[in-house]
Amino acid sequence: MDLTTLTIKQAHEGLKDKEFASVDLTKAYLEKIKKSDLNSFLSVTEDLAIAQAEEADIKIKSGEFGMLCGIPYAVKDAILVEGEKCTAASKILENYVAPYDATVIKKLKNQGTVILGKTNLDEFTMGASGENSAFGVTKNPHDKTRVAGGSSSGSAACVSANEAGFSLGSDTGGSIRQPASFCGVVGLCPTYGAVSRYGLIAHASSFDQIGPFGKNIEDVRTVFKVISGKDKMDATTAEYKFEESNAKLKGLKIGVPKEYFAKGLDKEVEKIIRVAIKKAENEGAKIVEISLPTTEYALACYYILVPSEASANLARFDGIKYGHSEIRNPKSEIRNLLSVYLKSRGKGLGIEPKRRIMVGTYCLSSGYYDAYYKKAQEVRQLIREDFKKSFEKVDLLFCPVSPFPAFKIGEKTDDPLSMYLSDIYTVAVKLAGLPGLSLPAGKIGDLPVGLQIIGNHFEENKILSIASELEKVI
Amino acid sequence: MITKEEVVKIAKLARLELTEEEIKKMQKDLSSILDYFELLKKAGRHPTSIQLDRRRVSNQLRKDEVMPQKGEVIEKIIQAFPDKKDDYIRVKPIL
Repeated sequence: MDLTTLTIKQAHEGLKDKEFASVDLTKAYLEKIKKSDLNSFLSVTEDLAIAQAEEADIKIKSGEFGMLCGIPYAVKDAILVEGEKCTAASKILENYVAPYDATVIKKLKNQGTVILGKTNLDEFTMGASGENSAFGVTKNPHDKTRVAGGSSSGSAACVSANEAGFSLGSDTGGSIRQPASFCGVVGLCPTYGAVSRYGLIAHASSFDQIGPFGKNIEDVRTVFKVISGKDKMDATTAEYKFEESNAKLKGLKIGVPKEYFAKGLDKEVEKIIRVAIKKAENEGAKIVEISLPTTEYALACYYILVPSEASANLARFDGIKYGHSEIRNPKSEIRNLLSVYLKSRGKGLGIEPKRRIMVGTYCLSSGYYDAYYKKAQEVRQLIREDFKKSFEKVDLLFCPVSPFPAFKIGEKTDDPLSMYLSDIYTVAVKLAGLPGLSLPAGKIGDLPVGLQIIGNHFEENKILSIASELEKVI
Repeated sequence: MITKEEVVKIAKLARLELTEEEIKKMQKDLSSILDYFELLKKAGRHPTSIQLDRRRVSNQLRKDEVMPQKGEVIEKIIQAFPDKKDDYIRVKPIL
């Protein structure tokens, strides 16, 4: 039996019935990772994994253990795991060791989970293909000449290739849903405030959310239940407790935003999404065409606000407190404090973080602030209102995750704007702080295509109930 | 098209040292990105947007006090300093 193909529930049953131990399960995954050529992991935490698995096996023997106990998983390398490197796929953090655990990691450790390693991503979670990683691109398990999507490239690829039982990623503008769609796994971006961001390296603080990738809906639900909730270390978390929803496709009102099916959407992708919607209708759902008129502004709005926040957040990488520094490099001609900043950042940061810091600094600078940042904040409000109005009419929204399936490595690297356009169906959700999920809906040849299910604030339960019903018929 | 001088000025504000090649690329990329932002000029404004924000957003304050931290965490944070004297960060002179 190949243990790595098991879902969380199946693995849990196997552990309970003593068919295998967590150490066996862990070793099976580690073996797989060693043989892999996907570059989905930046570091493998083998010692930690074995130690955690042994500890889990003791707990399992005692008979009292939860669903996630002894289950091996992978963590996006932008989330801190105490004592392990956390690079954010950047040269500036190449040798940075995390001094503490992120809240999500603490919660998962309490459940007795097993950390296999840290996964590859676009540098500082900035990108839609994984190609911005300073440590090489992650390959798509379905076609190794193509990207795995981004920015949580490795977290999506490793679950798809059975290199982990589940994984954690983060989503600022689509970084969970888009790679989940490209790799054919389930990925959930929670409501802003549902999951603590403490210990996640900040990209854009009013957007970032941590969320799970899994082999199916049930696995994602299991992980989300554990990681969500109020955290005193993150003031933006809400008093939230996951409760099961009894929502059913029968009688459900599903909104289909017409703007998400306009020019630019690949015909084959459209076909798959339309078929999925039809299947929901066959199960008794009512399909309502709706309009989100501000859709056309979402991408511009997003790419002003996010780089603005990023330019402030990335100011902490200055060569003074931690990370790469030129301060003691004799060749660097360091004369004063300013040259430490300039040279450490100049050498340590890759081209995409630099580009975004530049855009953000420009948009926030005196004389341009009103035209860019303030304007974008106003538009963000309009976009929120658009969604608010549509959720007065419908329960959930169905649309594509990405206008196209996984593209070729190198295809879009020369043109940042065309790369940004990959996010066209995922950014608006984030501007409104809503939850969204990518559910594998079909394939074009070898390439998976995800259906995006968007819910109202804190209605992950409704999304998951409907998705799990749909999963069986799709 | 934004000028080379503007790129150099923003880079300095952003505390980034850019190579000649990077400056050229930024000039081209930033110009096309900023052009794309022009789209927002068409967008209207929500009449009550500010009020809505005030109702929704409330500040979460906590006491301005030192929170106890494990000694080992403090030790790790100090270990990460690129340049230090005893337990203090050492920096270059400002001028």
